[in-house]
Amino acid sequence: MTPVIQVRGLTYTYDDGTKALDGVDFDLMPGETVALLGANGSGKTTFVLHLNGLLSGTGQITINGIPLSKETLAKTRQRIGLVFQDSDNQLFLPTVEDDVAFGPMNMGLSIAEAKLRAQAALHKVGMSWAARKAPYHLSAGEKKRVAIAGILAMQPEILVLDEPTTFLDPPGQRALIELLGELPQAKILVTHDLAFAETLATRAVFFEKGRIAGEGTVPEVAELFNWKTANRKP
Amino acid sequence: MHHVRIEGWSARQSFLHRRDPRAKSLVLLTFLIAIGTADRRFAEIAACSVGLFLFAVITSRLPLGGILARSALVLPFSLTFALISYISGDAHRAWLLTGKSYLSALGVLVLMATTPLPQLLRGLEEMHVPRHLLMVMQFLYRYLFVISEEAQHMRAAGACRGGTLRGLQRRRAGFSAAAGILGVLFARSHARAQGVHYAMLSRGFSGSIPALDPLHFATMDAIFLAAGVALFSTLRLVAGAA
Amino acid sequence: MHIPDGFLSPGVWGTLDVIAIPAIGTLARRAQREFDEHKVPLLGVMGAFVFAAQMINFPVGIGTTGHLVGGALLAYALGPAAAAIVMTAILATQALIFQDGGILALGANVLNMAIAGVLAGYLPFQVWGRGPHRKAAIFLGGFLSLMVSAVLALSELTVSGVRMPPAVLGVSLSLFVVSAVLEGAITLAVVQALEAINPGFIRQPRAERSLAIWVLAGVSIFLSACGIALAASNPDGIERLIENAGIASHTQKLMVTPLSNYKLASAHYPWLGQALAGLAGLLVVYALCAFIGRAIRRSRRIASVAEGSA
Repeated sequence: MTPVIQVRGLTYTYDDGTKALDGVDFDLMPGETVALLGANGSGKTTFVLHLNGLLSGTGQITINGIPLSKETLAKTRQRIGLVFQDSDNQLFLPTVEDDVAFGPMNMGLSIAEAKLRAQAALHKVGMSWAARKAPYHLSAGEKKRVAIAGILAMQPEILVLDEPTTFLDPPGQRALIELLGELPQAKILVTHDLAFAETLATRAVFFEKGRIAGEGTVPEVAELFNWKTANRKP
Repeated sequence: MHHVRIEGWSARQSFLHRRDPRAKSLVLLTFLIAIGTADRRFAEIAACSVGLFLFAVITSRLPLGGILARSALVLPFSLTFALISYISGDAHRAWLLTGKSYLSALGVLVLMATTPLPQLLRGLEEMHVPRHLLMVMQFLYRYLFVISEEAQHMRAAGACRGGTLRGLQRRRAGFSAAAGILGVLFARSHARAQGVHYAMLSRGFSGSIPALDPLHFATMDAIFLAAGVALFSTLRLVAGAA
Repeated sequence: MHIPDGFLSPGVWGTLDVIAIPAIGTLARRAQREFDEHKVPLLGVMGAFVFAAQMINFPVGIGTTGHLVGGALLAYALGPAAAAIVMTAILATQALIFQDGGILALGANVLNMAIAGVLAGYLPFQVWGRGPHRKAAIFLGGFLSLMVSAVLALSELTVSGVRMPPAVLGVSLSLFVVSAVLEGAITLAVVQALEAINPGFIRQPRAERSLAIWVLAGVSIFLSACGIALAASNPDGIERLIENAGIASHTQKLMVTPLSNYKLASAHYPWLGQALAGLAGLLVVYALCAFIGRAIRRSRRIASVAEGSA
């Protein structure tokens, strides 16, 4: 089986000279859900920004066998849906419906098609009722759902979610887990939330100082890198 | 918060709410010019306008008290100058300053309370206001909520850490603390702008934000526009001719 | 100072609107070239920042506080054209949503604060921003941005016939000076805090070939602003100002036309004469702004060509 995402030797250096990524090799198989774990500043977010061509370091990124380049950028951004950590950054238009239709409109769909896509995506995340609302009047969990709908409306093949559980209360997290579990796409989850990762991810990858330091199942990786919030009482 | 209230009003439904933003802006402009150029017999124009606006507010299902009170935001400024004019012996001007500024604010508020800002901006775009400026306004309005909230949190956090210094020392410390807060707020806003930009790019943004619901200038809008413009110009001309 | 509707005489707001509209159009195009539409979120979010910054109080004296107005700070962070657009967006939002400043008076407010204020605030930074007097330049920019806008607003009001007794005028002017000093101090403190976080937040002033134009333009903006105020409050103000300042004779010739108009008209219609003199003065200010704009644009183009060829 060919991987949907293949990354080889990805290296990225910030303007000030710090190496954010240092030779990352990574594969994502169809239908697979991978959790990216690791400390703040270990390069996880920098890594996912590369998948969408928002940052461009050296090395090779191949999406479904097609190398990522300037020419394939638009197509890639349509294939890989990036859900950002802060929903407020993603929801910038005056109403929920406008926002969810933003991606489809940019893909060149007609207004009617874009509206249909938006309605279908909002329905899927259970937010149809909020279509005419302003995003800033929604709760954090609702905003996250709308942000995901904005991505789903573009019908991507791969979903990348950066810290999706931050700002969510436990019912919000539970609802998110249910929603993501139902979506068939291959997924990359950048997260600190081990329980969340363990529920959804089939595999985990651990980032350390811009490299992938190890991988395995979520419990294995957590054990290996002592990546737990607290030791369980005996 | 003030803008949240106005936004709530603008989401209601009524004849005036349904009118095209272009028609409403042009009628408002006529009204503002009628008020702005009036001098003698301003009282008559003012009385008629107040009557018209009361009618508009009530038929648009807006709270009269709220609208009148919020238009009064302009009064501290006007009354100061009115007082100065009055003391200088120009009672007529004192009355004009207060009346004109209050009525104009009332007019603008009625427009904003019946027109959601995004719609108004789209109308202005159709009327050839530079799109770049309107996009800046749209982002400004959207992130005003978010960044004001951050500022509030930071102000609260700063107040919690208020030191035990006294007098000048305290003032100086307070001054640099406030500057520090603004520095961090700026940095966060900058990072947010970057984040917004990334999120837009990743959804295929290529320079323009397409409108989902194009404006539709109906016959009723044309009638409303013609009637409004005729009404206020007549009002101004009749009162001014005498 | 946001002038509400109903304060300016029709001649004044009309003229200023007619002036401000193309000026903003030009600046918007310029800002668009510098910050392509991809950067529009930055300008909008920075506008929201300046709005929110008003919630942070700076202690000044017993029980008094001040806050950032932001024209100069924006100019240092975004460049003058983009800063003018952001300030215009702020003023328009304030007028529409917060009933702060009028719609017909928007042209006047934009001209005072978003154009003259921002350009005057940027001027010292452009001239001394690289040298040893950088701090002083940043302070002075904050000071000027507020002072120029306030004096312009005051003179527009006086020209419109909103008369103030000398005592009130004196008090207002000294209040302006105090708030302008405060704006300078706040601007400097915030710039220092910003540079401690990331020096890249403040743009370095680009090499400027025509310093003389800048200096001349800045001084003229300031003088004409003061001149208008004097002209309006004191019929012989402009003459006296010219005599006192000893401005070169050809400048005097330039000023003669509006002055003779002023004398001629004021014999029959005192109000008209005053308005004419004031408007002529404001036109001079506008011409200077446009001139500065052209000068910056040209030097930028030269600079970018130079960078490109290097």
